[in-house]
Amino acid sequence: MNNLADPGPRKSNRSVLFQAVVVCLVMFGFGFAMVPLYRAFCNLTGINGRMAVVATETLAQSDLTRVITVQFVANRNQYLPWEFKPEVSSVQVHPGEIRTVTFFAHNLRDVPMVGRAVPSIAPGEAAKYLRKLECFCFNEQHFASGEARNMPVRFYIDPRIPPGIDTLTLSYTFFDASPQTTMVGDKTAAGS
Amino acid sequence: MSEQVLGHDEHDHGPDPQFLRRWITTTNHKDLGALYLWFSLLMFLVGGAMALVIRAELFQPGMQLVRPEFFNQMTTMHALVMIFGGVMPAFVGLSNWLLPVMLGAPDMALPRLNNWGFWILPFAFTLLISTLFMPGGAPAGGWTMYPPLVLQTGLAFPFLIFSVHLLGVSSIMGGINVIATILNLRAPGMTLMKMPLFAWSWLITAFLIIAVMPVLAGAVTMLLMDKYFGTSFFNAAGGGDPVLFQHVFWFFGHPEVYILILPAFGIVSHIIPTFSRKPLFGHASMVYAMSAIAFLSFIVWAHHMFTVGLPLAAELFFMFATMLIAVPTGVKVFNWTATMWRGSLSFETPMLFALGFVFMFTIGGFSGLMLAMAPADFQYQDTYFVVAHFHYVLVPGAVYSIMAAVYFWLPKWTGHMYDERLGKLHFWLSTIGVNLTFFPMHFSGLAGMPRRIPDYALQFTTFNQISSVGAFMFGFSQLLFVYIVIKCVRGGEKATAQVWEGAEGLEWTLPSPPPYHSFTIPPLVT
Repeated sequence: MNNLADPGPRKSNRSVLFQAVVVCLVMFGFGFAMVPLYRAFCNLTGINGRMAVVATETLAQSDLTRVITVQFVANRNQYLPWEFKPEVSSVQVHPGEIRTVTFFAHNLRDVPMVGRAVPSIAPGEAAKYLRKLECFCFNEQHFASGEARNMPVRFYIDPRIPPGIDTLTLSYTFFDASPQTTMVGDKTAAGS
Repeated sequence: MSEQVLGHDEHDHGPDPQFLRRWITTTNHKDLGALYLWFSLLMFLVGGAMALVIRAELFQPGMQLVRPEFFNQMTTMHALVMIFGGVMPAFVGLSNWLLPVMLGAPDMALPRLNNWGFWILPFAFTLLISTLFMPGGAPAGGWTMYPPLVLQTGLAFPFLIFSVHLLGVSSIMGGINVIATILNLRAPGMTLMKMPLFAWSWLITAFLIIAVMPVLAGAVTMLLMDKYFGTSFFNAAGGGDPVLFQHVFWFFGHPEVYILILPAFGIVSHIIPTFSRKPLFGHASMVYAMSAIAFLSFIVWAHHMFTVGLPLAAELFFMFATMLIAVPTGVKVFNWTATMWRGSLSFETPMLFALGFVFMFTIGGFSGLMLAMAPADFQYQDTYFVVAHFHYVLVPGAVYSIMAAVYFWLPKWTGHMYDERLGKLHFWLSTIGVNLTFFPMHFSGLAGMPRRIPDYALQFTTFNQISSVGAFMFGFSQLLFVYIVIKCVRGGEKATAQVWEGAEGLEWTLPSPPPYHSFTIPPLVT
């Protein structure tokens, strides 16, 4: 209380200005620092379903007492003139069992294109238990003009998955990553 | 004292007689305060006209008056104009006019910065409002500028970003000036805890401004880079995440809503004691409550985004932290009520607006508590219930406090009493209008009417018609306010130095109007 009530030595206006500007610069930097912080936080907690969990080990045994439904969703970014869909809409797996499913993609344009699939897993807390051994989302996918092909995803569910979860949704959104196109939004801007 | 001996005679000149040069080059806190206040009044009317376009379109379901894309431009621009042009410059103007005369200082600590801070605003708003006339129109993705939608803005996009940068720079300059003035220029003997609450509220607000406006600047800079420089901060195709923008934006956005309300708390803490003829109940607890609110505002941002798929632990944390804000806010409402308890009350216009503030801000606070409940928020998110909530805290909250302050200090500024009969009429018309406008929005929102759409299902018609009638009533009664202010500036009954019987504080020791340069010799506060 006492030290709060004491006006203390009066700093010059210039030094207040200087300190305040430093605070502003630090906070400006903090805004940008939130980008890596956010990524680190998401990776640490596994939330957001964005982690690409690349698994190498193969499990010896699967948990035959549980059955988990894995649903597949395929989206195209609005501006990608492709056909993109899962071969089956869902599969039922035991935790620990390795499964392979395929997604079908077809470049409908008459020029070669590069696509990039961004995965998302719901519910978020289940994301770190879905382990992928192989996935077309690991790399950019190069398609010749009019090319169509099936792309595999090989995965298993970690048997440590919390008991409450019996359904997982694995969704992919395909984005245009061809070198000549820049931003997704640019096309609309130019079009309007 | 020594100032007289040192003799800065040239500072004792009156205002520059040449009109344009006076107002463009002025560094006088009273001139700049007046400029800020007139500018914010203008923006209040511009933003209000946009709101009336919205309400006119929503009077009936279906599309009547405007195209949907123009409707979306109106909602976006209304928010930007009202927040950055209406409320914030009004508070900065009040701080300019009032802090030096409340603290016994000759002027603000950094007068040139002050001039610059104001004169950025007309340029920023010229940029922003000019987008209405561009091909593709003004920004229409909402004032929150969420990507990827905002990145689809046409030619207006860089103008939006650059004007937000300028507005941020202007408020940061205002904030730094307030901090320097309060820390360095208080009259001898005025300790921090003896300082008037308006100054306290502004000191805390100024710290919030310099802490979060740069974060907004960073967020919109990232948008700009994503759009033009090929970065992928928020672009999922390149490994970015649009939800990240919401985190960065609301890290700014939540403290921002307290930037819009803390000075209001300070104003009301001056007006209620004056018209209760009693000292404020719990001066120190008011300071602690405002500090607690400011601190909590940094750790509750994700309650704006409960539905983006946060993990359960985060939903719980942000829910409880948000509800915690009700405690210091409750302390403040309790103190204002306790100040009136057994006071000798009178109900002049400033008191009416201050009481309207306490009552209706609390209604907005309660709907805020409802929104704070994460499970319930899944229903309320993006409905008119949210619109009702934030308009209750901003219109009969922040805007009423500004009007209360104008009526309260206008006799001091101009030397004339305003027309009390018209002032009361303005209060009652506004209050009936504002409640007709926003109260039915609670019901249309709970019934499921989404916000930011130009058309709606038939069952919402009655509530929307009531809202629209109320909005036009509220809007046009502000013309009465403009008339009262101009009439008071031009003349009227002479005001005494103290103006109000119960008024206390250094500003009431100066004559009305105060001389162009006041407190060139600091008063001694005991």
